[in-house]
Amino acid sequence: MAEHGVAQIWRKIKSMYNIIGNHCTTCNTYYFPPRPVCPKCRRKGHLEDYKFKGLGTIHTFAIVRQVPEDFKTQAPYVMAQVELDEGTRLTAQIVNCDAEDVSIGMRVRACFRKITEFGHGGLIVYGYKFEPTMKVTGHKR
Amino acid sequence: MVGIIGYGVYIPRYRIKTVDIADVWGDDGEAVAQGLGVFEKSLPGPDEDVATISAEAARNAVKYAKIDPKEIGAVYIGSESHPYAVKPTGTIVAEAIGCSENMTCADFEFACKAGTAAVQTCMGLVTSKMVKYGLAIGADTAQGRPGDALEYSAAAGGAAYVIGEEDPVATIEATSSVTTDTPDFWRREGEDFPSHGARFTGEPAYFRHVEQGATNLFKKMGTSVDDYDYFVFHMPNGKFPVAMGKVLGVPKEKLEDSLVVRHIGNTYSGSSMVGLARVLDIAKPGSRIFMVSYGSGAGSDAFSIRVEDEIQSHRGEVPTVDDYIARKTYVSYSVYAKYRRTIKA
Repeated sequence: MAEHGVAQIWRKIKSMYNIIGNHCTTCNTYYFPPRPVCPKCRRKGHLEDYKFKGLGTIHTFAIVRQVPEDFKTQAPYVMAQVELDEGTRLTAQIVNCDAEDVSIGMRVRACFRKITEFGHGGLIVYGYKFEPTMKVTGHKR
Repeated sequence: MVGIIGYGVYIPRYRIKTVDIADVWGDDGEAVAQGLGVFEKSLPGPDEDVATISAEAARNAVKYAKIDPKEIGAVYIGSESHPYAVKPTGTIVAEAIGCSENMTCADFEFACKAGTAAVQTCMGLVTSKMVKYGLAIGADTAQGRPGDALEYSAAAGGAAYVIGEEDPVATIEATSSVTTDTPDFWRREGEDFPSHGARFTGEPAYFRHVEQGATNLFKKMGTSVDDYDYFVFHMPNGKFPVAMGKVLGVPKEKLEDSLVVRHIGNTYSGSSMVGLARVLDIAKPGSRIFMVSYGSGAGSDAFSIRVEDEIQSHRGEVPTVDDYIARKTYVSYSVYAKYRRTIKA
């Protein structure tokens, strides 16, 4: 049986898996999701694909307690606006952290997670979420 | 010479204690934990599966290796809990780590040794110059039927190894395998949980294949236990690898560092590969490591590995096995059951 929405998800795979947006070399602004035209420079803008480093801080967040059916096993969970180090913000779920431990300004990094699945036999959608940066033994910086 | 260019692991954050599982089924938790040598085990979060675990481990491995993922020519993932029955996990992982489209990929299955079978395949491709780098992953979100003995040990985690020839952090000196038709553990198509032959999984299965694998490689290399500094055996529980060490005459201190099973349980395809990663995290250049994986059904892959000076300039890039073991949150049996979908929401 054909499944609806497959093509729509497939088109977003590159940007959802690796946070690929774009960068306007004219005004040095980064965009995510990628823009077709730089809204600042218009026709003078020059956009290039850019893979974000995946590091940032929590700008603001909300704890979701009344959850959609697909997210019942994860309640309560945190949705945040993450300000990436390159300056752009995106909305993402925060994982690997209890809701009460999340705070504004918390340092986070992108991780690869299951976003949703279309039922037991359907397509599984993967993409980015964010988690607190973790200890790395021997890391010098 | 072919070897490990980089490696990385991923262990989910959630843990359940053996005593908490035993409480539900009326067992003596302390006795079970001591008997099995498994005190707590890892479990995947509700949004984690073999694809996400493999992608995280692979991202760590590529970062550790300091290579361009576009130079990886093969991605093989060994697991018995691939999220799709048909659609390779490797396709998802290759995309998630930024591999080129012009590479080969497949999923492997050989119970707990599918990951080391992937390592051997990558060794062949690299040695024959078909690819520059091969990525071999062993990862699982192992399932044990509720109330079954396996429930105490079946855990989640994985390890990824970049195999290549230029400047390896550890050289793979030799490998050899043993394979027989031994039905000690299996899962039929469409079944949620595996079945096993209880005590039959010991002598004719695990011990026979691991011992034969080790003896074969010692013979092939002309080496003995004394030539190695560390030993890694597949860890279905904490008891079997220790007993295997005794049979082979391995001093306790040479095995101790690999026994991650006590803290995270049996990560199936990830088990011996995570154990090897823990040894690589601490081994000094020049050390030699002897590893034997085991997969039910049944077979074993043995490896003789030498740690190179190169390893020192790669450490500190990504979290170690101990960093992941230390990052943990305990959950109750009811939360565990919810995350493992043994209760329906």
